[in-house]
Amino acid sequence: MPAPVIVASDLTKKYKDFAAVDGISFEVAPGESFGLLGPNGAGKSTTMRMVGAVSTRTSGDLRILDLDPNDYGPEIRSQLGVVPQADNLDVELKARDNLVVYGRYFGLPRKVVQQRADELMAFAQLEDKVKAKVDDLSGGMKRRLTIARALINDPRILLLDEPTTGLDPQARHILWDRLFRLKEQGTTLVLTTHYMDEAEQLCDRLVVVDKGSIMAEGSPAALIRQYSSREVLEVRFGSDRNEQVAEQLAGIGERVEVLPDRILVYSEDGEAELNHITELGLHPLTSLVRRSSLEDVFLRLTGRSLIE
Amino acid sequence: MSGTESPRGGSVAAGSASGRGAQGPQSEMARAAIAAGTLPRRWGALYVAEHRTRSMAAYKGTIIATGIGNPVVYLFALGVGLATLVDANVGGAGATVSYLTFVAPALLASAAVTIATEEFSYPILGAFKWNPTFFAINASPISPRQIVDGQMLSVLVRMVPSCIVYFLFMLVFGAVPSPIGWLSILAAVATGMAVGAVLMSYVSTLQTDSGQIALLMRFGLTPMFLFSGTFFPLAQLPAYLQWIGWISPLWHGTELGRVFSYGAPEPIWLTVAHVLYLAAWFVFGWLASRRVTARRLNK
Amino acid sequence: MSVLERTRRSGPLPQSLRALYAGNARSVMARGLLATKSTNWTVVVSGFFEPVFYLLAMGFGLGELVGSVSTTTGQEVSYGAFIAPALLAVSAMNGAVYDSTWNVFFKMNYTKLYQGMLSTSLGPLDVAFGEIALALLRGAVYATGFLIVMQVLGLNLSWLAILALPAVVLIAFAFASFGMAITSYMKTFQQMDWINFVMLPMFLFSATFYPLSVYPEWIQTVIQALPLWHAVELMRGLTTGAVDAGVLWHVLYFVVMILVGLVFTTKRLRALFLD
Repeated sequence: MPAPVIVASDLTKKYKDFAAVDGISFEVAPGESFGLLGPNGAGKSTTMRMVGAVSTRTSGDLRILDLDPNDYGPEIRSQLGVVPQADNLDVELKARDNLVVYGRYFGLPRKVVQQRADELMAFAQLEDKVKAKVDDLSGGMKRRLTIARALINDPRILLLDEPTTGLDPQARHILWDRLFRLKEQGTTLVLTTHYMDEAEQLCDRLVVVDKGSIMAEGSPAALIRQYSSREVLEVRFGSDRNEQVAEQLAGIGERVEVLPDRILVYSEDGEAELNHITELGLHPLTSLVRRSSLEDVFLRLTGRSLIE
Repeated sequence: MSGTESPRGGSVAAGSASGRGAQGPQSEMARAAIAAGTLPRRWGALYVAEHRTRSMAAYKGTIIATGIGNPVVYLFALGVGLATLVDANVGGAGATVSYLTFVAPALLASAAVTIATEEFSYPILGAFKWNPTFFAINASPISPRQIVDGQMLSVLVRMVPSCIVYFLFMLVFGAVPSPIGWLSILAAVATGMAVGAVLMSYVSTLQTDSGQIALLMRFGLTPMFLFSGTFFPLAQLPAYLQWIGWISPLWHGTELGRVFSYGAPEPIWLTVAHVLYLAAWFVFGWLASRRVTARRLNK
Repeated sequence: MSVLERTRRSGPLPQSLRALYAGNARSVMARGLLATKSTNWTVVVSGFFEPVFYLLAMGFGLGELVGSVSTTTGQEVSYGAFIAPALLAVSAMNGAVYDSTWNVFFKMNYTKLYQGMLSTSLGPLDVAFGEIALALLRGAVYATGFLIVMQVLGLNLSWLAILALPAVVLIAFAFASFGMAITSYMKTFQQMDWINFVMLPMFLFSATFYPLSVYPEWIQTVIQALPLWHAVELMRGLTTGAVDAGVLWHVLYFVVMILVGLVFTTKRLRALFLD
């Protein structure tokens, strides 16, 4: 196995007494697509900033590309592409100029930067927006431009912090398609997300993070296998009746979770469990059988939903 | 401007205690990273200056127009217009030079300060907040101190030519009797950068703008402009107000400019004090800006 | 304001104006006052000090060197008494221009405040009048303060100085309506920057710090065409007590300016928000 590009062991970041990241350990192999899945405030972004060598760790060890970010910040950053959570494009420059100017920060010759800027504008499907003002771009376009900017130095590792948060479904799919291409080309991706579908689509392997700690680690399929059943039955009895009905459901399925708006029954066969429920004389207002997802894994691990 | 990563002040040579990087052979990827870091470490500040100058260029129309218009308007209004009142009344009695000659170096220094206040106030807060380009730059190999240095350089790109143009107009108006008058350009730039650096260090600490900058302009920069021996000698002020001049970098810069442009008589120690005072402001503001910026970007 | 009253008020308006004006400018003004209260009111208060600093520095510091100056009517006055009314005029101009240009520009293009307002029953003219009224109120408060300072320093040479207050409002109204018209054509910060560029020479050349007589004839004519010169002359006439029928020309100048500004603002706001 090739040497990992990122090694974090017992990585901790404290702000005064509050531990935003509380002793997490993970490794990322070259070419791998690695995700940090967790709700807002789990410590994902803080972890990303430490990996991005712009935030000093409080304790623990961190090596990026075999270098310690405390000593080799600029060197490490020269090999990274960073897509931050909030766009920070320069609105005073035109779309393509953002790439050109940014490329200069890596000490790249002007000619190289110009050529790459053209290629990346094409990659980001923004050829017709070359001279557009940043403010005139849609949210999805801005994100793609930010990704293009992050690729200007041909990075070994691309860090994406909540890449599709705030985008409409169509824009998300376009973005995922672009990221998938990068993955196919062998770029190492590290991304944070609180969307399970995003994690499932893009990540080879992920860690589930909550309150600064890692709750579980594995591929999306393995995590689902390990922490959830094959199927989930969702039933709704109305907000005021769910709690009461749930008591009668004891023993049905492998496990029952009661959420404010619905009851989840974990089972290998959802349809069968629905039949059981009907046999008990209970008639849900709505019912739905679906495959287990990372959302269920998270719920199992933390007792909370990802998106609150 | 080159040198090591600033947030923690760790140096490359020292390496880390646990670092394999500092000893022994490094992996290919570590060597590649170290090679790629060389240029940004050395020239980072220039890259930042290039970027900031480009952003400034969006305003080149008014920058050039004010660069030419301001000296003409001010020199004419005060040096010619207002001078008719002052010279007519004061006459040759106390004054050894015309009012135009007296006021011109002050206007030059004020122009530099005006540019500094424009470029080191809202644009800095903006780069942290509304258009957070500093964070974007910091994610590249550039370090916070290089961002500060680059900002300083980019302002010089505007300030120095503006001051040269200003000085040329002073020559046209016949306001510079001394052969070493051009040194007043340096005095003006030093004044602008002294004020600008301290301003930047303050603005960099602001989380939001709820009027702090406007208040600073009104109660800091406007009185400084008016009470720094700009339009009349400091001695005209009642003794209990003259301290405003002594602590004002604009007064020191203006007096220095006057020494150069018309050989204003003053003891040599005072001239030296002007230089040292301006240098102290600049160095303080510069180092403080670096520290504040590093802290703010390293979250 | 009751519905009935509003209907009555908007009744006589021509059809074309009714879409623009709901007769409810005061709710826009009320919002502005509330916003001022909840933001940094010290900034608002600080605006009063700007002309006072100038008066102290120039009137007294420089005044020592200058001695006395003769006004257009040949009256010899102290330098402080000469520039104080001019500073009052300048501050009326600056306040009105700032409020009607930068402030409006921000709300129009960045905070999108007006879009929100216009989605209610308010029309563009309600917004315009509300904003202008707020600017005038602010200007009048500053002017009152400044006139008191002048009185204390003995720079009001005539009881007519009390009329400087309505004059400030007139002048500010003219600059505000004109400024708003211009701002409605502006799209970028870069364009806005030119406003400052035009204001500076006007500030320095309009007989503010020295009499117009230092200029050659043709420059004098140019300056006399500019609004700030009229403002300065009007103010100076009132505070020095040298008023004759000629003062009406200045008043007329500003009335025309107000009307022209409003016509263009209305036209433009209709194009921006209703078409």
